[in-house]
Amino acid sequence: MSTPAEVSAEIEKLTEIKKHSRPIMAIVILFGGVVALLFSIGLSISFGAADIKLATVWTAVFNFNPDLTPHQIIREIRMPRVLGAAMVGSCFAVAGAIMQGMTRNPLADSGLLGLNAGAAFMLALCFAFSPGLPYMFLIMYSFLGAGLGAGIVYGIGSMSRGGLTPMRLVLAGAAVSALLGALSEGIALYFRIGQDLAFWYAGGVSGTKWIHLQVMSPWILAAMIGAVILSRSITLLSLGNEVAIGLGQKTKTIKVFGMLIVLILAGAAVSVVGAVGFVGLIVPHLTRLLVGHDYRWIIPCSIVIGGLLVVLADLGARMINPPYETPIGALIALIGVPFFLYLARKGGKEL
Amino acid sequence: MKKKTLMTKDQQRSKSRNLIVIGILGLLIIIAFMISMNTGYIKLSPLEVIRTLFGYGTEKQRLILFEFRLPRIVIAVLVGMGLAVSGCVLQGISRNALADPGILGINAGAGLAVMLFISFFPSTTAAPVFLLPILAFVGAGVTAVIIYALAYKRNEGISPMRLILTGVAVAAGISSIMIVLTLRLSPENYQFVATWLAGSIWGSNWKFVLSLLPWIVILLPFVFSKARVLNVLNLGDLTATGLGASIEKERRLLLAAAVGLAGASVSVSGGIGFVGLIGPHLARQLVGSRHQFLLPATALAGGFLVLVADTIGRWILQPSEIPAGIVVAVIGAPYFLYLLSRLKD
Repeated sequence: MSTPAEVSAEIEKLTEIKKHSRPIMAIVILFGGVVALLFSIGLSISFGAADIKLATVWTAVFNFNPDLTPHQIIREIRMPRVLGAAMVGSCFAVAGAIMQGMTRNPLADSGLLGLNAGAAFMLALCFAFSPGLPYMFLIMYSFLGAGLGAGIVYGIGSMSRGGLTPMRLVLAGAAVSALLGALSEGIALYFRIGQDLAFWYAGGVSGTKWIHLQVMSPWILAAMIGAVILSRSITLLSLGNEVAIGLGQKTKTIKVFGMLIVLILAGAAVSVVGAVGFVGLIVPHLTRLLVGHDYRWIIPCSIVIGGLLVVLADLGARMINPPYETPIGALIALIGVPFFLYLARKGGKEL
Repeated sequence: MKKKTLMTKDQQRSKSRNLIVIGILGLLIIIAFMISMNTGYIKLSPLEVIRTLFGYGTEKQRLILFEFRLPRIVIAVLVGMGLAVSGCVLQGISRNALADPGILGINAGAGLAVMLFISFFPSTTAAPVFLLPILAFVGAGVTAVIIYALAYKRNEGISPMRLILTGVAVAAGISSIMIVLTLRLSPENYQFVATWLAGSIWGSNWKFVLSLLPWIVILLPFVFSKARVLNVLNLGDLTATGLGASIEKERRLLLAAAVGLAGASVSVSGGIGFVGLIGPHLARQLVGSRHQFLLPATALAGGFLVLVADTIGRWILQPSEIPAGIVVAVIGAPYFLYLLSRLKD
């Protein structure tokens, strides 16, 4: 049992977190973020090959008229795509936030730690062996694949002599991603499904359909609610395992549920957009900078900011070189890599 | 203590033993060469191969061997040698067991340079092939400088882990730039670049052999001649200075040589990673860590590895081909993980 001195030290840490968390800022971000998100969703829907005004977007959403072509375009092509982008962004961001909080690893991101590559590999297998599998099953395999990737990376990481340092995990993640990527590429070449898979390597939301959103949203909703419920425990875990145990947390249970949520979020996102990395790295760090270290605020804010980031990235991807689309994975990597370098330079210290 | 045991181990392994090992590696390459010659749509028996090589084959056999298979095999061996020795030198000068031109992002830099060139000079047939290695060298060199600068910290110098992490990140950044660039390419060029990026020995043509050969022929002996310097550098900066090596100058020269080897190799083979990692480690297991033996053994092991990978890639899914880079990654990534799990920070 912990001594009174330890307990008081833990309480000190907690109050420090309280001091450093900025609820007012968080509320401003939540409301401002939602407004900004809605506005950029509208903007993104209105932008495209066929010129559509923002007002038309409004009427198409709230006053749908199937006889009008612009309304059809908005409903069938642009809306699922943009909503998909927002969802995917939230998923990656929350997955990253949970991983960073639970493992105290500032470099945690589902892309960097092999989850995305695992899910993409599983999807390649699905396309090769049972083409035309309904999306409902695809997404399940995607969860499995994310679990596979995470399992290998953490397995290797924990087998190693020096223990699970952040840098070691990232390197293991890079190698596992290289391996699974090579295997997927081999499968794609052999079964001649390269074209089906190509957009996944690069990452693009252009193929999103309503059915994807329908299947995906219950999973994501459940996972997000789970994440918000867990957020208090994650804050305690982010103080260290001993502290969390000392404060009466069942750390094992929390970790299992947390990991499950991460796998669902990352798997669902990859099944729509492909192996896009760095969202889960950038967004939680940015949020932490803005709202402090309390995950009860970090997680909801990450949902909003993550969605915003990917919607804007998708908009940018379409604007850079029209009529071609730049893969958003590449675009986000261009922001993510310098950010990663900055974090790595700080030495990958524990959070 | 550890160094001492290493030295005695090396001394135990007599010179003749190491020479035998190197001889066996050479023999393995010849065997792989024979097998690779027979791999493909049209089968040729070893006897036919030998007869054709000495000028007694039929017109058709000569065409297959000399125009299609031989240049490809030669390139595979040369590329393997270049990449493996480059990795060995990088491991030696940074005293970092995980160094490899592919993992460090040097290959990606070379790739970007080549790709920029292709997008500005669209028709590959007209492009002067001899320019490619030079461009790749420039790209690889610039990338190496960037990575070095980013990983350098004033008080701590370069830590192995940070160097690799920086390399991984820079490689990711470069490849995303490349993805953006590929979209601007015409479909034919895109196809070309896509296969190239996957690391296939695409330049199965004597022109490419000739453009690669000078780099290997000049740089390999140069690196071999520096074997003693590499041995001394391995002992650590302080000891090396004490033994009279002008560390920084030697290190920069060797780094330039490693970058040159990697760049030239990548310019014809595309993104083959992990060879520079596996080659030297394999060789070290066989002949110990003295560079006089290690470097030649590394070159042979690397050449053997890429040749086998290319042969497997051609054979396993006939009639479609798997780029050698994929085969090497499937072997190399687990090996990297194994090394990673044994390495202390």
